[in-house]
Amino acid sequence: MASTNELVKLSASQMAEKLKSGEVSSKELTQAHLNVIESAEPSIQAFLKISGDTALEQAEDADKRRAAGEELPELSGVPIAVKDMIVTKGIETTAASKILEGWVPPYDATVVEKLKKAGMPILGKTNLDEFAQGSSTEHSGFHPTNNPWDTSRVPGGSGGGSAAAVASFEAPLALGTDTGGSIRQPGALTGTVGVKPTYGGVSRFGAIAMASSLDQIGPVGRTVLDTALLHEVIGGYDERDSTSIPEELPKIVKAAREGQKMDLKGLKVGVVKEIGGEGFQPGVKARFDESLTLLEQMGAEIVEVGAPHFPYSLGAYYIIMPSEVSSNLARYDGMRYGLRVMPPEGVPQTAANMMAYTREAGFGDEVKRRIILGTYALSAGYYDAWYGSAQKVRTLIIRDFEAAFEKADVLVSPTSPTTAFKFGEQIDDPLTMYLNDVATIPANLGGVPAMSIPAGLSDDGLPVGFQFFAPQKRDDVMYKPAAALEAALNEKWQAPLWSNLKTPWLDSANQTVEA
Amino acid sequence: MAEKLMKLSEAVKKYDPVIGLETHVELSTNTKLFCPAHIEFGGDPNTQLTPVSLGLPGSLPVVNKAAIDYAIKLGLALHCEIEEWSQFARKNYFYPDMPRDYQISQYDKPLNGNGYLDVELDDGEIFRVPIERAHVEDDAGKNTHVGGADGRIEGANHSLVDYNRAGVPLVEIVTKPIENTGGRAAEIAGAYVRTIRDIVRALNISHARMEQGNMRADVNVSLRHSPNDPLGTRSETKNVNSFRGIEKTVNYEIRRQAALLDEGGEVLQETRHWDEATQTTAGGRLKTDANDYRYFPDPDLVMVHVTKEHIDELAKQMPEMPRERRHRLQAEWNLADNEMRDIINADALDLIEETVKAGASAAGARKWWLGELSHEANAREVSLEALPITPADIADVEKLIAAGTLTDKLAKQTVMGVLAGEGTPNEVIEKHGYKVVKDNGALEKAVEDAFAANPDVVEKLKSGNMKPMGVIIGAVMKATRGQADAKAVSKLVIQKVKG
Repeated sequence: MASTNELVKLSASQMAEKLKSGEVSSKELTQAHLNVIESAEPSIQAFLKISGDTALEQAEDADKRRAAGEELPELSGVPIAVKDMIVTKGIETTAASKILEGWVPPYDATVVEKLKKAGMPILGKTNLDEFAQGSSTEHSGFHPTNNPWDTSRVPGGSGGGSAAAVASFEAPLALGTDTGGSIRQPGALTGTVGVKPTYGGVSRFGAIAMASSLDQIGPVGRTVLDTALLHEVIGGYDERDSTSIPEELPKIVKAAREGQKMDLKGLKVGVVKEIGGEGFQPGVKARFDESLTLLEQMGAEIVEVGAPHFPYSLGAYYIIMPSEVSSNLARYDGMRYGLRVMPPEGVPQTAANMMAYTREAGFGDEVKRRIILGTYALSAGYYDAWYGSAQKVRTLIIRDFEAAFEKADVLVSPTSPTTAFKFGEQIDDPLTMYLNDVATIPANLGGVPAMSIPAGLSDDGLPVGFQFFAPQKRDDVMYKPAAALEAALNEKWQAPLWSNLKTPWLDSANQTVEA
Repeated sequence: MAEKLMKLSEAVKKYDPVIGLETHVELSTNTKLFCPAHIEFGGDPNTQLTPVSLGLPGSLPVVNKAAIDYAIKLGLALHCEIEEWSQFARKNYFYPDMPRDYQISQYDKPLNGNGYLDVELDDGEIFRVPIERAHVEDDAGKNTHVGGADGRIEGANHSLVDYNRAGVPLVEIVTKPIENTGGRAAEIAGAYVRTIRDIVRALNISHARMEQGNMRADVNVSLRHSPNDPLGTRSETKNVNSFRGIEKTVNYEIRRQAALLDEGGEVLQETRHWDEATQTTAGGRLKTDANDYRYFPDPDLVMVHVTKEHIDELAKQMPEMPRERRHRLQAEWNLADNEMRDIINADALDLIEETVKAGASAAGARKWWLGELSHEANAREVSLEALPITPADIADVEKLIAAGTLTDKLAKQTVMGVLAGEGTPNEVIEKHGYKVVKDNGALEKAVEDAFAANPDVVEKLKSGNMKPMGVIIGAVMKATRGQADAKAVSKLVIQKVKG
């Protein structure tokens, strides 16, 4: 049989084939990933919680179901990591916040129910910026996560844990949440694929709310096809989410497979004029332009499109998002679950004081910053000037998308202005940190699907992301060119990007396996 | 500290009172407004919960369509404009009984807007109360303060929170300022809330029991010198939970504010509380210190869409409204205004109607429910409908009286037996052997025995003095254990005396 090293480096769809043919069992595959986690975690720290025992039980169950001849989805038996922003029954869920430390949810998120139904073992819960607020995972209440490409650098955020776990072969797939780029920007910085589906395309029930009108759960993987397969597992209407779209998902996997044929004749690709320029690294720009050439070579027509209100999206986002954060995070008050800090002696022991002391102790600086911003923006007398205006900008951005999609089938841009930065480089400068999401935020404001795929390495040897946007409810439309570009790049490099990644932890894992 | 009060008659002569009412009606849906948690009054604390009603991280609200339908029916009854698109908003404030630390309510886009309600006053006059809106929102949980003297938070050493009520659907009906009430502000307020109670019961959308908190009202009162003046500063007395309390609050506030203004004082914009024990309102927090609720549209909920067709459908299901029904029944039962009013005030209309439907005469049904049964309910300190007897039971008893099977006295004993839990009227009759003795032989013997035992009475009767006949009838009744028909007995006695 295959070694751990060979197994974990397969794509999820290749693993699925081996499971189907009986070449490998889910239990073996899950154990192999747990071995990698054990040896990689000291240097990567992608996980907040590892649920090895339950993962192996779930794997055994998946093997039994297969043996019994049950009709199973393609990814059945393939293990997965779940961002700790998504609730898992019986597994501690914290949103990387001290205020939720020790909280064990009594229920599963809809997406977790779907993973279980599909027979996908859950390896553990991945790290993030506290309550998904940040672009580097440095704001985790527990510990940072290191970028597998350079452990002195951040993996992006907020979903740095999921991206790093997938990039370092700790997991073939992961779930993320994306409010302003938290799936796509870490994807770009770690050389992985990250997808933010159409708003309402994947149920938010059980995703801890950051900014409800922007949050979306999505897949993280190493290939476009893998994310497509996962997208179809987790997507679809859910009556428990009022904002869920009551329609069938488009044929995403079919679109990805279609793209692998590398024929894009008739496809109009719109380059968003307003994303790029100042603040974007030359290496990022170079990889972006090369990818455009590849798309053109496969028959796509490249056009430039204007989205005149995109430059206002960051400003609108930093009103709408904190406003919703200030309300969504009110419930963490020490009353019912999580941290409770009583006032010190001499301070009246009232409920109000307990709430104040709990929130003071439980929330980190970035979360407090956003709660204060949002509370201010929603205040009487300021609402119209701030929240009201931001919502108007949002409407204009939605119209920009509609107009742009009349000129092009998909829109493209770099995912992130820069490659992975060093720890501490931006942590004391929130405004610079916020600029990381300048290219990703418009998709959240517009509710449209978007994804990032690796476009190569910059001159600093670090991964660069290429972003596709598609019209609302047409996630399939971006999967096709994304899969085509991925295939063209792999052909050009004669190997996937990750073959350049040094993985010392895999060597030690390999020595410890094979019972 | 007792506050100065002006005499009511003087106060309404000097000032023009304007009132406003915010009435909360708890809807009687099976499940909560935003999740499938079952609703039941009096369940063990914290047993009627889901992750949603407890506001657990990741949980999301979804609107209960039944609650919206209930609220639309209420809107139709209040002649409101039903909005095709309405929206839920978040009202943000921290409080231990609020699982999410925000209430989900409707703010600038309510379901029902701009209506009116005609209420009938004691003298039959109709007063039109203008309605601003009737919107949907969810209720909070319930705090219990332990260790203090009077259950209030002051002096308590700890508090318990029960989230069973959290998420129960409410409709809040807000009136426009009610003007031109003259001296009848309190009466109008009471009649208005009673009419709402009757309507929601007729619609079958709320249990509408004030004592269980299914209905409560916030009472706004302000005074001005003349109806041409702008509105004065108002006080808001929160959560008044009885009709009498609402009426008393209005009068108390008119008297208090009049005395205050008369001395050159100023009415503070504040929230107050009605204290049943002292029969006064007490000041609470100043409105100027009130929370800024930071309302914004709830991003977890899409707008509520109600089609014209759906509203028409619900309109077709509307039952007869209480006032029309009252007028119809009064005519059918041939009752005078004051007789009808007694029925209304005793809360016996439904019970009497059902009793009549079950076969009793209107007069008979009315006599039972306003007489013996009201007396019994008072003694037990429960509402009429809480008595362990049904309208069908009463109708059965009435039928037996009409058939001559029961005397009035036996009927009363039968009803008492039912109330005592001895079973249905027939079971009680069976058990005790309550039967009218119609056997003339047995009756004749009893009358002869009574004659023999009371020769002096017989003398008087024979001399034409019929007054002491009761002695004979009483003796006969005693001998037959009350089962003789008094009329038959007196007939026999007269026969014998004359014969």
